[in-house]
Amino acid sequence: MAATQFQTPKIREYPTIPVLVRGAMAHSQPFVAKPDHQEPLGFPGELVDNWKEVALKRMGELLGKYRSLQVFLDICVKCGSCTDKCHYFQGTADPKNMPVARQDLLRKVYRRYFTLAGKYFPKLVGAVDLTEEVLWDWYKYYHQCSQCRRCSVYCPYGIDTAEITMAGREILASVGIGQKYSNEIIGKVYKIGNNLGLPRPALLDTLEGLEEEVEEETGVKVRFPLDVKGAEVLLVTPSADFFAEPHVDGLIGYGKVFHQAGISWTLSSHASEAGNFGLFIGNYENMQKVAMRVREAALDLGVKRIVVGECGHAWRVAYSFWNTLIGPFDFLDPAYPVPQHICEFTHDLLLKGMIKLDPSENDDKVVTFHDSCNVARASRMGDMPGGQFVIPRELIKASCNHFVDMAPETINDQTFCCGGGGGVLTDDLIEIRVKGALPRMEALKQVVEQDGVTHMAAICAICKSQFTKVLPYFDLGMDMIVSVHQLISEAIVLEGSEQEEEPSTSDTQS
Amino acid sequence: MSVLTILISLLFYASGLILIIGVANRIRIYWRTPSPLVIPTTPAPLTRTGVAARLFGEVVFFQSLFRGNKWTWILGWLFHFGMLLVLLRHLRYFTDPIWWWVDLIQWVGVYAGFAMVAGLAGLLVRRLVVERIRYISAPSDHLMLLLLLGIGLSGLMMKHLVHTDIVSVKQFTMGLITFDWQPLPADPLLIIHLLMVATLMIIFPFSKLLHAPGVFFSPTRNMRDTPREQRNLADWAAKLDETRHSGAGE
Repeated sequence: MAATQFQTPKIREYPTIPVLVRGAMAHSQPFVAKPDHQEPLGFPGELVDNWKEVALKRMGELLGKYRSLQVFLDICVKCGSCTDKCHYFQGTADPKNMPVARQDLLRKVYRRYFTLAGKYFPKLVGAVDLTEEVLWDWYKYYHQCSQCRRCSVYCPYGIDTAEITMAGREILASVGIGQKYSNEIIGKVYKIGNNLGLPRPALLDTLEGLEEEVEEETGVKVRFPLDVKGAEVLLVTPSADFFAEPHVDGLIGYGKVFHQAGISWTLSSHASEAGNFGLFIGNYENMQKVAMRVREAALDLGVKRIVVGECGHAWRVAYSFWNTLIGPFDFLDPAYPVPQHICEFTHDLLLKGMIKLDPSENDDKVVTFHDSCNVARASRMGDMPGGQFVIPRELIKASCNHFVDMAPETINDQTFCCGGGGGVLTDDLIEIRVKGALPRMEALKQVVEQDGVTHMAAICAICKSQFTKVLPYFDLGMDMIVSVHQLISEAIVLEGSEQEEEPSTSDTQS
Repeated sequence: MSVLTILISLLFYASGLILIIGVANRIRIYWRTPSPLVIPTTPAPLTRTGVAARLFGEVVFFQSLFRGNKWTWILGWLFHFGMLLVLLRHLRYFTDPIWWWVDLIQWVGVYAGFAMVAGLAGLLVRRLVVERIRYISAPSDHLMLLLLLGIGLSGLMMKHLVHTDIVSVKQFTMGLITFDWQPLPADPLLIIHLLMVATLMIIFPFSKLLHAPGVFFSPTRNMRDTPREQRNLADWAAKLDETRHSGAGE
């Protein structure tokens, strides 16, 4: 099933709605979780004998627990507004990747077993029996959704397909068909503390390496502290920031900001992961358990504030869910929002004049910004709606002179997912990842050709990894993708650094 | 009293009860089911007033649909607001004396009937012609449009082509609501019109027509974006919380 041959979709001259190709992606499915990946999360190791009974029971429970699921399954009128909005549909033309059709996979079963019309007139209302084939259709197509919520923007009732796929994945895991990628990672968080399975000694080693690297480059002793009790700020960041490119350049940027502002901070080996894949599998209990580590670390280290590094879905969970899942945060400094995004944090310091940025340091770049779906459509920054669009752009504009936005229908709350979110960022799903990246790649190519854009900044670990992988498929350089705090890292004026002693000569007005 | 009058009268009492009890029951379910997490589609309002404005924009202007598809938007809006005016105009058959503002909108209501039918026809054509929409349509989706079209067309025909005995119709409807049954004119067009209306009332609580009350319960549209300020614990989630606090950990 691994690495099948496939064609990278062609960049279209102007956006067209694809003609349906039935079953175009019916072969795509991620590796199934083994018992070792399932059991630590509280799911059965393999497909249970009475799976149908268990699945329907679970569906009934979820209908009673989530108003979103109950209402969304009832009220869709099949208006079709969402049909052409999904990046996976645009990239694959498979009709089951139209958001409403994706929802219908579950809705048809809901109607059959939970509604009067479906019980007595299944053909009339398009209700179907729950068969093994339907179950595997769920597995396939609920892992061709990155839960990016773009469809929900255009729905007259705000129906969010993510809520449906989360429920679908939850039901699947409950009968023993979990996704290996997500469940294995959650297991690693429980066992070791982060998605990548980096133990404390490895973290220490990496952070020491970063300190040396930064000192060598700037002459300034910027610290990257781990498990320091009594620090002001606990920074929780995706573990990819510890070693992946370009993520780590962002981490260096955070360190420099803390250093220059003179605010003491620490990472935690207990909560060395901001990501929370409990969201992807739609399971409240696991999401809460993963998040709880952050509360424990904050209490243990006695910090006053919690700041979250650049990561899209992590920010959704942190911003929108932490207070509910692991709050209240009455033990933290009430003067600051809990949690605070690193971009909010840096932006605040910039406004207060506690850090200075020299944008001419990035004069070799023309930068555009990719709004990450979970930040754009499922969270906020700052104190006004839409701050999540403004604050990162303000930071980029303050740290480089050349900034261009991509086409308006592809940014802000209409942004296209990178193609790798929602638990899809795995090699066994590379085909759907490449195809789903199409709309973003088209928008990027446009500004590359028209405005000479050289770099695309992002604030999400998944986006960064996904773009590094898929950019080359579209004949773009994998190093085009940068962290927002990487730009800040270049531009920040560090006291006592060689950079400061030797003021830049380039024109900052250009 | 004819058998027809008795049957239609009984049918309307039954369908009225089904509509009211059925929708009330659905609303009760939506009301009771918690939203355990804060999930508005952002940017979202921070205040209740803001949420009211957002819902107003959705219900009155279909603003999300406007962003999604202009054709569906214009056709859907024509249909819904045509129907609203037609329904308001129909109040003249249920009020005596007729409320002054119902008289006032009488002339618009007549044109609105055409807007409603035009919108419905456009939506039906779209459902049949556009491949994506055809793919997602079940037989019930087509039939629902045909039913509404039938109601609209039979109504327009009675108004403009084959006039029915409207004075008797009003006596019949007033009789229904005062429980003093009056004979119904045996006009085939009228009977068809009434039968289709009763059918619509009966299927309402069991179908996608629930979008009308449902939209107000959509968490992505009716929640405030204030998760950092306020916890949003559902009862079932609070129970998990208790086990968490009593267990080892803190």
